[in-house]
Amino acid sequence: MKTVDLAEQSLRELNQSLHDGELIRDVREWRVIHPNGAHNIACGLNDAVSVDIDGHAGYYCAGMNQQASVTVHGNVGVGVAENMMSGVVRVKGDASQSAGATAHGGLLVIEGNAAARCGISMKGVDIVVKGNIGPMSAFMGQAGCLVVCGDAGDALGDSIYEAHLYVKGSVGTLGADCVEKEMRAEHREELATLLKRAGIDDDPTDFRRYGSARELYHFKVDNASAY
Amino acid sequence: MSDQTYNPSLRESATFGRDVIGEIQRAAETGIYDIRGWGAKRKVPHFDDLLFLGASMSRYPLEGYREKCGTEVVLGTRFAKKPVVIDTPVTIAGMSFGALSAQAKEALGRGASEVGTSTTTGDGGMTAEERGQSKRLVYQYLPSRYGMNPDDLRKADAIEVVLGQGAKPGGGGMLLGQKISDRVAQMRTLPKGIDQRSACRHPDWTGPDDLAIKIAELREITDWQVPIYIKVGATRTYYDVKLAVKAGADVVVLDGMQGGTAATQDVFIEHVGIPTMAAIPQAAQALQEMGVHREVQLIVSGGIRNGADVAKAIALGADAVAIGTAALIALGDNHPRYEEEYRQLGSAAGFYDDFQDGKCPAGISTQDPELSQRLDPVAAGKRLANYLRVLTLEAQTLARACGKSHLHHLEPEDLVALNVEAAAMARVPLAGTGWIPGQSL
Repeated sequence: MKTVDLAEQSLRELNQSLHDGELIRDVREWRVIHPNGAHNIACGLNDAVSVDIDGHAGYYCAGMNQQASVTVHGNVGVGVAENMMSGVVRVKGDASQSAGATAHGGLLVIEGNAAARCGISMKGVDIVVKGNIGPMSAFMGQAGCLVVCGDAGDALGDSIYEAHLYVKGSVGTLGADCVEKEMRAEHREELATLLKRAGIDDDPTDFRRYGSARELYHFKVDNASAY
Repeated sequence: MSDQTYNPSLRESATFGRDVIGEIQRAAETGIYDIRGWGAKRKVPHFDDLLFLGASMSRYPLEGYREKCGTEVVLGTRFAKKPVVIDTPVTIAGMSFGALSAQAKEALGRGASEVGTSTTTGDGGMTAEERGQSKRLVYQYLPSRYGMNPDDLRKADAIEVVLGQGAKPGGGGMLLGQKISDRVAQMRTLPKGIDQRSACRHPDWTGPDDLAIKIAELREITDWQVPIYIKVGATRTYYDVKLAVKAGADVVVLDGMQGGTAATQDVFIEHVGIPTMAAIPQAAQALQEMGVHREVQLIVSGGIRNGADVAKAIALGADAVAIGTAALIALGDNHPRYEEEYRQLGSAAGFYDDFQDGKCPAGISTQDPELSQRLDPVAAGKRLANYLRVLTLEAQTLARACGKSHLHHLEPEDLVALNVEAAAMARVPLAGTGWIPGQSL
């Protein structure tokens, strides 16, 4: 394992090292100490390496991740794992807003709470939040799953497309075109798999499912009041 | 477009003209606002309201075709390790695959590459055809993030963070279901055939301080190799440009209200934003006050049609211009050869703007395989290259007449305005006077 001390080395040096194909071929496990809330830690990773960040991270931690497994032993700022393509990002603490924004794939696990707009414009990522999430989460969610083991804030799934939303606790309000849907066997199975991958032992039967009513998929004047 | 027989006793209302009457009737029948493509159709102050002061006695002209007049531009010299070098100050503006056919995107790449300039992706990701044919390709980073992935990010020669578009500042995109083919749907991670709305705001940052961190992230992901452009629609230009520079832009792209769109509300196109000519002096002032004019380059778009427009934009402070609508026309859009088909669609050659319907007879603003096949990317690319050469030659001709050995030597002092409005907006003297409205003599 290679340890990088951000009190001693620059973020640029860290990220450049993590992008260095030859270097990461030899060193598969990395540890980052003294992150001190720095922005853009471990973004743009493109290999199946493991990165542990010991402390709090700032904005866009593990942004656009591909293949890598990144664990933050602390809280994260705005846009953790934004536009992630694959791999796993795990946050041991809380996440600020826009966690997993526009992410296309991979798994994002937040063991604490996530703020507003969690999973905004999600495009295939699976997000599991052990705590609560803030308002406007999964706004315009296109694909993938958002699992919330706690409560969801207002306007959940506003303008949602085909993302699957599972919430165990309460939902403040549902956003435009988002409705509660039947929890069928295939959904319980999907949810059980996600919970297992996230390392959470909640019972899938305790969750409710939400998704698109598909009433806004085509512009119709009859829907004018919904816009 | 009307063939109505002339009748001197008929008097059209200046307030309720036939176009206004037609729109009221259409709105009354459908209950929906008009959505269309193209750009503003109303007449607004434009580069035609400016004239160059060619050299006579007090200035010394250069000889046409014999004395050199440089045209090359280097974009992104502020932070990027690999700035974009283009041979002509005319680039191709961002237009999406989805709005345009793959053949049209390929043709844009071919034409641009032939003359040594760049082209730009759009709201929908990067296609292999486009990357393959574009020697220099700018990858747009848009609010929707459709098709956004780090692999393409690293293939780009520059990244353009799009905050606004001249035809619809503050508005998102609208790609209606009829243009959502299997390929477009797959690239955008949405079901085939449904209306696709591109968000009007970025999902993971909410202000210029956030944007600075976002730009730093993009630089980190690309190891600081390529320039970062920021594109804004021309509205509060002075402040937007200052904030873009503060956020770390290498290049500011400024799109005036005459800029085009694939589809949006007509009321948006015609009533939001300010004219391109009016925006440039504001941008130049902002850059000059920050001490970065020509260090943070300025690309201007929105209604550029000929070499005179190119030269005037540069004289007002731009480093380069971008063309969109004009490039499509060069490819073959609205060509008379399709007159009969335009008429069957209720339009006519020169008037067709229903890009949202996906029925473009020229095979450009469509995803219909049969229509798309009509556009030969090689031939269309050649037409675009020819047009780009003409723009460059015309701009050079005007610059030489002003005694300039490089297009970038043009300056506001080389221009006068034909009317008070243009003089005030462009901040150049009214022709025959030394008077710039708003400035003391």
